[in-house]
Amino acid sequence: MLSAFFIFNQKGEVLISRLYRTDFKRSIADVFRIQVVSNSDVRSPIITLGSTSFFHVRINNLYVVAVTKTNANAALVFEFCYRFINICKSYFGKIDEEAIKNNFALVYELIDEICDFGYPQNSEIDTLKSYITTESVVSQNIPADESSKITSQATGAISWRRPDVKYKKNEAFVDVIETVNLSMSAKGNVLRAEVDGHIMMRAYLSGTPECKFGLNDKLVIDKSQGGGGGDAVELDDCRFHQCVRLNEFDATRTISFIPPDGEFELMGYRSTSNVKLPLRVIPTVTEVGSGQVNYDVVVKANFSNKLAATNVVLRIPTPLNTTTADCKVATGKAKYAPSENVMIWKIPRIQGGQECIFSATAILTTSVTNRQVWARPPIDVDFQVLMFTASGLIVRFLKVFEKTSYQSIKWVRYLTKASGGYQIRF
Amino acid sequence: MAQAGQDAKFFTRGKIEEFKADLHAADAKDKKFVKRKTVLKKIVANITMGNDMSPLFTDVVQSLGTPLLEIKKMVYLFLVSYGRSAKPEQINMVIPFFLQDVNDRNPLIRALAIRTMSYIPIPVVTDALTESLRHCLRDRDPYVRKTAAICVAKLYAADPRRAEKGGFVEMLRDLMLDANATVVANAVAALSEIGDRPDGVIFKLNLTAANKLLSALDESSEWGQIYIMDSLLRFVPERHSDAEIMAERIVVQLQHANSAVVLTTIKILLYLMNYMENRRLIEYLCKKMGPPLVALLSSGPEVQYVALRNILLIIQRRPAVLKNDVKVFFCKYNDPIYVKLAKLEIMYRLARAENCREVLAELQEYASEVDVDFVRKAVRSIGRLAIKVEPGADGCIQTLLELIEAGLAYVVQEAVIVIKDIFRRYPGKYEGIIPKLCEHLDSLDEPESKAAIVWIIGQFADRIDNADDLLEVLVDTFLEESVEVQLALLTATVKLFIYKSKSEKAKELVHKILKWATEEVDNPDLRDRGFMYWRMLAINPTLAGEIVLAEKPPITTDSDRMDRGALDQLLLHTGTLGSIYHKNPETFIRNAAGRALTDSPALNPNSRAVLVHLPRPQIPGPPISVQGRGPVERPPNQPPTTTGPPGLAPTDSLIPGEDAAPAPPLPPRRNPAPQDSHTDDDDAGDDSDNDAETAQNRNDDPYSNLDSAFSTYLADEPKPMGAGAHRGRNDDDLLF
Repeated sequence: MLSAFFIFNQKGEVLISRLYRTDFKRSIADVFRIQVVSNSDVRSPIITLGSTSFFHVRINNLYVVAVTKTNANAALVFEFCYRFINICKSYFGKIDEEAIKNNFALVYELIDEICDFGYPQNSEIDTLKSYITTESVVSQNIPADESSKITSQATGAISWRRPDVKYKKNEAFVDVIETVNLSMSAKGNVLRAEVDGHIMMRAYLSGTPECKFGLNDKLVIDKSQGGGGGDAVELDDCRFHQCVRLNEFDATRTISFIPPDGEFELMGYRSTSNVKLPLRVIPTVTEVGSGQVNYDVVVKANFSNKLAATNVVLRIPTPLNTTTADCKVATGKAKYAPSENVMIWKIPRIQGGQECIFSATAILTTSVTNRQVWARPPIDVDFQVLMFTASGLIVRFLKVFEKTSYQSIKWVRYLTKASGGYQIRF
Repeated sequence: MAQAGQDAKFFTRGKIEEFKADLHAADAKDKKFVKRKTVLKKIVANITMGNDMSPLFTDVVQSLGTPLLEIKKMVYLFLVSYGRSAKPEQINMVIPFFLQDVNDRNPLIRALAIRTMSYIPIPVVTDALTESLRHCLRDRDPYVRKTAAICVAKLYAADPRRAEKGGFVEMLRDLMLDANATVVANAVAALSEIGDRPDGVIFKLNLTAANKLLSALDESSEWGQIYIMDSLLRFVPERHSDAEIMAERIVVQLQHANSAVVLTTIKILLYLMNYMENRRLIEYLCKKMGPPLVALLSSGPEVQYVALRNILLIIQRRPAVLKNDVKVFFCKYNDPIYVKLAKLEIMYRLARAENCREVLAELQEYASEVDVDFVRKAVRSIGRLAIKVEPGADGCIQTLLELIEAGLAYVVQEAVIVIKDIFRRYPGKYEGIIPKLCEHLDSLDEPESKAAIVWIIGQFADRIDNADDLLEVLVDTFLEESVEVQLALLTATVKLFIYKSKSEKAKELVHKILKWATEEVDNPDLRDRGFMYWRMLAINPTLAGEIVLAEKPPITTDSDRMDRGALDQLLLHTGTLGSIYHKNPETFIRNAAGRALTDSPALNPNSRAVLVHLPRPQIPGPPISVQGRGPVERPPNQPPTTTGPPGLAPTDSLIPGEDAAPAPPLPPRRNPAPQDSHTDDDDAGDDSDNDAETAQNRNDDPYSNLDSAFSTYLADEPKPMGAGAHRGRNDDDLLF
């Protein structure tokens, strides 16, 4: 298991250093600095030197690093790093050099609590917040029953929830967020289309509520209606938050759980069948001789005209030896960004059914310095479409049962987006 | 959210004397301990920056009297950092505070105290800890018990015999039956750690114990689930049904959001499958494992990488897990390089006739990217694809030719290397492209590609009109080339000479090379091979021709995977570092525990047939001494060859003298048995082909054929850096 845990800034300075075991000295940090931070070509998140392995995750301007001398469970180590990052985000609102330095004493408390002798321990944010705080706690003043409440939560079967949560207004917000990954060939064939879905929940519910959650998942629909409903969605797989009873899901496909208080990811899923692509991009790129490239790019919004895609950004690559590029658009704004070798076309809003056109000419230098073949990286499109799911997934119900049987209000929102993974080759 | 801290300013180097003064000043008029807190934070920041704060020991410890939890934790952190090197009298000051905390009403404080004490593994503290720990293991609060369980592992690490004598291991065993799942999980984690130590107490589970642990699974935290499931490898099913029922109990965990839970579940399922009988259940489990594995590809890139390296292993042993999913492994343009490289390997594994076109189109796309390493691997994969999937070979060759046409030096080099193998795989089919390859002779400047083209020219010298001219140019730099290229040149010129024995140029070349190889070069392989060829050509050129140009069996990719026994063993490390490097951990981590399947009546006969037994821990023995005469060195400056070109020279003078009397000329053999010929004479011929040849004769060696054909390919695999395969030596860890 872990022997040490470090946080480095970009310069390789140590911001946090915690040795869980005696098999290392503090100077082990120097090895990481040499091997990774000052190495411009790091080709693996895991580096093993002799018997020592360094695992690192980069986040903003930081390296979160775990070191071990054992045949550690690599997945566990990275999950632990991710969890640490999430805890920091929740505690400090962000994770970067400033946040870590400003709260380093608290960070030490946290990593001592969530990891003991290199074994990750309870790391549920809600529970941690009940006893690791920035407020000054006078040890004698904690009533014993208060702290045993904390300890039983930290070690209990529902370690993610405090029992005494109270809200005036009981509300639950469900956000279905789908990220579409697309790879389309130059000929317009879909090479790969995949929805990476996350169901985020913000539960502001009193007491210990029992929730049941239903989707138009094909397996569920098939079971309840004895025949595939027309709008049933096929999920390739799904995975659930710790709180979901997996046995029950396996037997009856019901998603039932006692939610943590506040925000959490209830479920993640993946769908690859019948993915509805919200934006269709049709590029025509022609190289005229060796000095010019002409672009015509059409974007079509392929969904109901009641909805709209917002924050649409197309990044259209230009050859590396482009000197100038002249872009013409009727909708949005377009400009050439020489440092990135792309033309960036921003469209604040495209209504469903609408079509936008971009045309441009890139002028290339014709100097004879050996011109490398242009790799033609794909066009990348980012966008958001509210109240639309590319997979077709719909939340059919969310029921909340609590012994005081209060009324609760539920909100459901859908968002489909692309960021960095919606790519059209040309 | 807690209020934002403002402590970044403390990250400045401070002086010991100043801190000392500040701490003393903080004694007076410090109502809310603000001053004290500030000084301690400065000290902790300095510890972090690597400044030695140990001289402050006595002063810092004084702060333990402060009732503020925050301050206590900072002092404890200080103690964890410097306690080990403190003087006994200094540590003695601290012990009373610890003992007081161990008896605090607040369970969090009790746990904190033993946790901290156990981090200071020196006898004084350990003495104090032992008694407290015994109480804490029976504390009524589960939080204290779960902390105490881990403390036992720490105690064991510090002083194994004391932990054993104190009965702590037994107490841990009892904790496995605790009512609280978190306590159970930590007890299991501690016992596993102890059990994995070379000097540890053996930790095994019987059916009852394993089932007890499983019942704690549902209530455990995600980490606890991992510790518990991991320990199931210590349970050996005696009946098929035991394995089957257990698998059915844990299979639901595949749906967990935590990738480590998923991979650990898969590890246990794969393990249990070895002990199952029910075919349908095995198929069902395989089917169940696929989607969660693919789902891991939507995690962060680091976890994706772990997943991909594991998938690569899993599909070799259980192809049914991911049969039709090659598309999900297509690279995204912005995937990190390590993810791309790992995906490439899987794409190749999953490629078949049905999806060959799609895969080839992807590979072609990758071949135009910017990362040189990735591009090379993509090109190489195209060649491997051609060898693996016959119906796709035409397309692959076409693509390779287009890539060569584009002329990027490193692409051309890779292409030439793989094309050599394609010629071997499909003799007589694609040799028409040789002239195209020869056009790019100048851009081949790396040993492997150069050796490949030399092999091609030599092998097909009868069809290449200007083969002698080409070789003449290449031979020019013979003495500067790497051994790989020299060997290839040697064989190629011999082949040329055999094909065109009438050609004066060929004669001249072969003579030149043989002379160089035997007189100028220090490498024994090269020299030996030079002598061998010389001798063969001298004795019987016709026969030499038959041997050197013997028909080569075509290479295949059938054996391009690990054998089952090795896989079964490696899969016991699913999710761990070993699974990333595809190496058993004991081969690259000092003191790492090896694993192997254990035989039982329930073990599948096929698994039993390939069962790998764990070697006993190896203690480096004395150097091996070989009896008898050592090799006799030929005195220098007595090159045996001073005569004319081979084939023309008198026979006996060509035989390198080992003894004074030259060996008599060998009687010409009528029917040289091929086995004889290449085990003796032609071995290590032109690097790859003869290796493959011998392997082919051994037939079923699973590693055989392609190892050498794809040598660099395999060398590209992620691997521990500078890791020796030695164990037990202290100096193998270059770090310390």
